[in-house]
Amino acid sequence: MLKVLKERFKQGKCTIAYPAGDAPPLPNRFRGYPAIDRSKCPDNCRACIDACPVGAVSFVVSSALSCNDKTIQIDLGKCLFCTECTDACTGKAISFTKNHELSKHKRENLILKAGETMNVETGLDKKIKKLFGRSLKLRQVSAGGCNGCEADINVLSTIVYDLGRFGIQFVASPRHADGLLITGPVTENMKLALEKTYAAVPSPKLVIAAGACAISGGPYIGHCQANNGADSIVPVDLYIPGCPPHPLTTLHGLLMLKK
Amino acid sequence: MDNFPFLNIYNSVAVPFENIPLLDISRFRKEVIEYVEAGARIVSLFGFRRKDNSVLLIAVIAQDQTGVLSLAASECGNTYKSLTPDCPQAHWFEREIAEQFGIHPEGHPWLKPVRFHLPFGAEKNKQKQHQGEKEMLPGVTDFFEVEGEEVHEVAVGPVHAGIIEPGHFRFQCHGEKVLHLEISLGYQHRGIEQVIPGGPDKRTIHYMETLAGDTSVGHASAYCHAVEALAGCNISARAQTLRAVALELERLANHTGDLGALSGDIGYLPTASYCGRLRGDFLNMTALLCGSRFGRGFIRPGGTAFDTDEALVSELLKRLERATEETAGAVNLLWETATVVGRFEETGKLERETCEALGIVGVPARASGIVRDVRFDFPYGYFRFSQIPVSTWGSGDVFARAYVRWLEIQRSADFIRQELKTMPDEKVKTSIGKLSSDSLVVSLVEGWRGEICHVGITDENGRFSRYKIVDPSFHNWFGLAMAMRNEEISDFPLCNKSFNLSYCGHDL
Repeated sequence: MLKVLKERFKQGKCTIAYPAGDAPPLPNRFRGYPAIDRSKCPDNCRACIDACPVGAVSFVVSSALSCNDKTIQIDLGKCLFCTECTDACTGKAISFTKNHELSKHKRENLILKAGETMNVETGLDKKIKKLFGRSLKLRQVSAGGCNGCEADINVLSTIVYDLGRFGIQFVASPRHADGLLITGPVTENMKLALEKTYAAVPSPKLVIAAGACAISGGPYIGHCQANNGADSIVPVDLYIPGCPPHPLTTLHGLLMLKK
Repeated sequence: MDNFPFLNIYNSVAVPFENIPLLDISRFRKEVIEYVEAGARIVSLFGFRRKDNSVLLIAVIAQDQTGVLSLAASECGNTYKSLTPDCPQAHWFEREIAEQFGIHPEGHPWLKPVRFHLPFGAEKNKQKQHQGEKEMLPGVTDFFEVEGEEVHEVAVGPVHAGIIEPGHFRFQCHGEKVLHLEISLGYQHRGIEQVIPGGPDKRTIHYMETLAGDTSVGHASAYCHAVEALAGCNISARAQTLRAVALELERLANHTGDLGALSGDIGYLPTASYCGRLRGDFLNMTALLCGSRFGRGFIRPGGTAFDTDEALVSELLKRLERATEETAGAVNLLWETATVVGRFEETGKLERETCEALGIVGVPARASGIVRDVRFDFPYGYFRFSQIPVSTWGSGDVFARAYVRWLEIQRSADFIRQELKTMPDEKVKTSIGKLSSDSLVVSLVEGWRGEICHVGITDENGRFSRYKIVDPSFHNWFGLAMAMRNEEISDFPLCNKSFNLSYCGHDL
């Protein structure tokens, strides 16, 4: 017993101050919210578009410019936050910032156009927030998730993030849940199980799609064995991008349901 | 040596495909069974559809003592005499071959789907071809049933109570006692092996990093070794060191997390809390190297995508020092607490003979006293120059699987500490050329769960015509079922956690 107490004293308090205080520093190589500087784009270059393994980077015809002048956009719902586009770009026009706050309520708001800053969202219905703002119980369904998302969601229940202090908890039955947190592209073999779990959650209910797979299919986009994400099966109220999302990204996203 | 018709090769050395001896099926069958009887084991046994549409069976046999991999192939037609009755190690592989290619292993005692998908090539015509047929549903198959008074069945999954991947478990119980557990998987099947042929392309490495996402470094390393061998490319010693460091960091994070989860499962909360946090500290060290806690984007064909400098190395060493000291404090509480040891000991015992019969790999094999570790038996990459002693324990129970993890944590930390200090000064990435045509390579890596095996076969243009992946979980899921026999059903979470196998790595 004394040894346990001694160890407890040695290990100390590890819970982070975020969101009341600062978030713990992220490593320099962390890849968060991307930044596109169109002015640095070499002429007639499409290296980033060709390099992206999942088609997250694309040309878009900007309405303010003439039809010939194309600009680029990144779909954060598809983005694996890998380095293929930044490595391919000779002009260093794309970079990743250390900003971990990526989540959005609307799918279209995950698309970042060059020169634009992130879309500010008005958020969920006040009624929903009143219902779930103080206590939110979630059932997690892994539907083809690679255990990257799952592992870093589990981290939220450790003493570092201590999700319980916000009244958010993962529960063992859909009957006890206010919503689902889905990971994975929704494989064909998990589709029925996901539909049944969704039906088993009492209404009103929320659905959260965490990770590139659950938003768009991730690396498995277009596979006939999977469904290109959760919103092809059930309506989604919150998208948390990343491959996998950093625990801070997920925490920030979940707290958006409470503000 | 004329008596051995197999081709002997080494880990991550490419050979021309035509060198692989083509045996007739009865000889093939006899030789594989004899190899295994003599103490070798099946690393991979898979089908390969040739251009003329015929299917070859290819066996990769590992001889742990000599570090040699023996290969042979055979034409099997639509049906052949199953190896499984004489060689239990083949059972899951033969089920997989039957499912992927529609080839019938005659006399297989346990023939049913492994992943519940259509045969290779049939997926895209799903609507057309299977109209009117009964829909195939995962987990809907004949389960082994025990009958009798007071016998009951417990079904769990695919969706589980915690944040874990899906799988279906069927327990046949008499009271609290589990007579048999049957594990039915396939829910995570994303069709990875089906899409790799024709590659490598820009998505291939991302499949490798997410086919079992907690083993991103392990599988990406196995893939890169295979590709580099096929391209005849040598990577720098510095890149090899960094890869080995990343692989051991992955082991540290997962083993620490597992020890925390094991203590959580028995309600011993101090270690559960500390290790949950410390696991994250190890992941953050990997993120320091490459920005991703899972090492994504770090291991790339030709080397590593990121280098380190002195400041980064000293920061890593500082963090490692602190984290290993705190892990020691947290984990040693387990061994000093009689109730913990009492709960771990004699629970979920897997006998050494069972391990050998089933070809179990990784921590569960070493916890049953078997010296089996790719880093030692088939060293490749940096492990040719610097070895990590193999950690074993003989009792085969939950305690042994926990204790082997603790031994490996200490040894991996020592390895990283030593290697980071003595890295040669070189470029970390070279460009790799075209892959050689009509070749085959077997790449083995000791991931944190155990032996990862990738087999790459190229066509006449140097593109993959087959890429076979065996995650350690593929060998080990049946080991968990065996460990549960005659245990209490309430011991399942603990036994399951002590194996901590991958669903997606198995389902692919």
